[in-house]
Amino acid sequence: MAAVDDHYVMVLKRECPTCTLIEPVVTELEEAGFSLQIWTQDDPGFPRSASQVGDDRSLEQSYRLAIETVPTLIRFRDETEVDRTVGWDRSDWLRLLELESLAGELPAFRPGCGSKSVDPGMPEKLALKFGDVTFQSRQVEIAEQEDVVEACYDRGWSDGLPLVPPTELRVMKMLAGSKRDPADIIGTVPPDLQPCTVEKAAINAVMAGCKPEYLPVVIAALEAALTDTFCMHGLLATTWFSGPMIIVNGPIAGAIGMNAGGNALGQGNRANATIGRALQLIIRNVGGGKPGGVDRSTLGNPGKYSFCFAEDEENSCWESLSVERGFAPDASTVTLFAADGVQGVVDQKSRDPESLCRSFALSLAVVGHAKLCMMSDVFLVVSPEHERVFRNANWSKAQVKACLAELMQRPGSELMPGVGGIAEGMPEFVKDMTLSKFKPDGLNIVRAGGTAGLFSAIIGGWLASGDFGSSPVTREVLA
Amino acid sequence: MNEVVLDPTAQLNSAARSLLPRLSALEGATIGLLDINKPRGDVLLDRIEALFVERGANIKRYSKPTMTRVAPVAVLQQIATECDAVVEALAD
Repeated sequence: MAAVDDHYVMVLKRECPTCTLIEPVVTELEEAGFSLQIWTQDDPGFPRSASQVGDDRSLEQSYRLAIETVPTLIRFRDETEVDRTVGWDRSDWLRLLELESLAGELPAFRPGCGSKSVDPGMPEKLALKFGDVTFQSRQVEIAEQEDVVEACYDRGWSDGLPLVPPTELRVMKMLAGSKRDPADIIGTVPPDLQPCTVEKAAINAVMAGCKPEYLPVVIAALEAALTDTFCMHGLLATTWFSGPMIIVNGPIAGAIGMNAGGNALGQGNRANATIGRALQLIIRNVGGGKPGGVDRSTLGNPGKYSFCFAEDEENSCWESLSVERGFAPDASTVTLFAADGVQGVVDQKSRDPESLCRSFALSLAVVGHAKLCMMSDVFLVVSPEHERVFRNANWSKAQVKACLAELMQRPGSELMPGVGGIAEGMPEFVKDMTLSKFKPDGLNIVRAGGTAGLFSAIIGGWLASGDFGSSPVTREVLA
Repeated sequence: MNEVVLDPTAQLNSAARSLLPRLSALEGATIGLLDINKPRGDVLLDRIEALFVERGANIKRYSKPTMTRVAPVAVLQQIATECDAVVEALAD
């Protein structure tokens, strides 16, 4: 079959100098009797030399033809593409058209320009408009008179702060952050015990303000939250302060720009702020867990908006939390803890580890209540200046933990109801025992924070710890 | 076309905004009557008040300064804090 019997498609844009350069080629091909369809991305009046031009300002044809560069010339035989060339390379065009000569006055080669269909943000828009993207979730149409942010509030989706409206485009971009099938079910979310698909997680991550690259962290955090060990239902329902806290370890933390340094437990970092929020929004929206409903917290704590930070592994003299918990140093993980708020510990004078441990132990003793033991677990977030005291003395994390455990032994007799004129206390049967403040493995240590300040943070937890309630859970973050 | 967002919930409820819960009884409830300041609105509200009072409800009366504009925020907040339900009168 001769070249002239085949059909050719040419995609151009007027603002591309190479496209304007090859205008004479169009005339020459038409005169030679080629079957030629021209699509122009920006100006249906271009090229003027053509007898007819297809208007592709919608970029539908460019999307369907997978155009990345203009000009592109595609050769079809029986409606099937057999070859294409991009830019202007005369020898390649001659080969494709099976001609001996073409537009002799033109230079032999000029590179093309980027197709408008691959402008930043455009591939996703075109995929949504012309591709086969579908969602399982119901579409909620916002009336013209409504403000979309207010409409999200009105439907009860918000934790109190504004939400990013979960448009189909934003959700599609979010889903691109994970390799998982949008229809995959991550787990069953309490209290309504509703299945949460990757798509539902993505919708809530959009609303929380996450970037697509945070989605795998959100999914891992949700997986951890939905384990029996973490006991999310009870944690939600308790009258106690606590909510899920997320500690991120491994390369993902740096890759997504998480804060493990100054103000790590505070505001101002997008990943820290939105990953924890996304988890809470999933509990709220998919699980139906809301304050005043199944969330019965007496006071709550500000961390229930979002409580997520990274461990500063790079500058730490200790193995990371995730390595302690059995993961490889290069694994990315999330560890969830049923956490209360932050209690500061100041010690600006201790320069030896024993003294600093005594400060820590004294401060840790008041978690929950100074007369109650073996209730919540705890996280001690050691700042760089405090860690330096242990580093200088070559103390491992295990040594610190062992020293604290020893310092936090209490005779049962001191903890009895009535002692100190305080009715609260431990049950009578422990009177002659020696009690540890925390359960074995109940004390966890991570390093985070800014380089100035001889302060560390105690993060107490839900009184119902261990098998009775919630234990920390670590999950690997997978793409 | 109107803006479309995707439902973030488990879709156990209607996609439309739901009404606030209805009152289970009128006995002892405080009902606000909002006169929008149209002629004879007072006649309608006087009759409605009598019917509510017969059923054991307490009544508080409010009015908008002018029917041509939405109620001032202060009036809306006063009704919301003082009443269990409100009846807004249209008249003429």
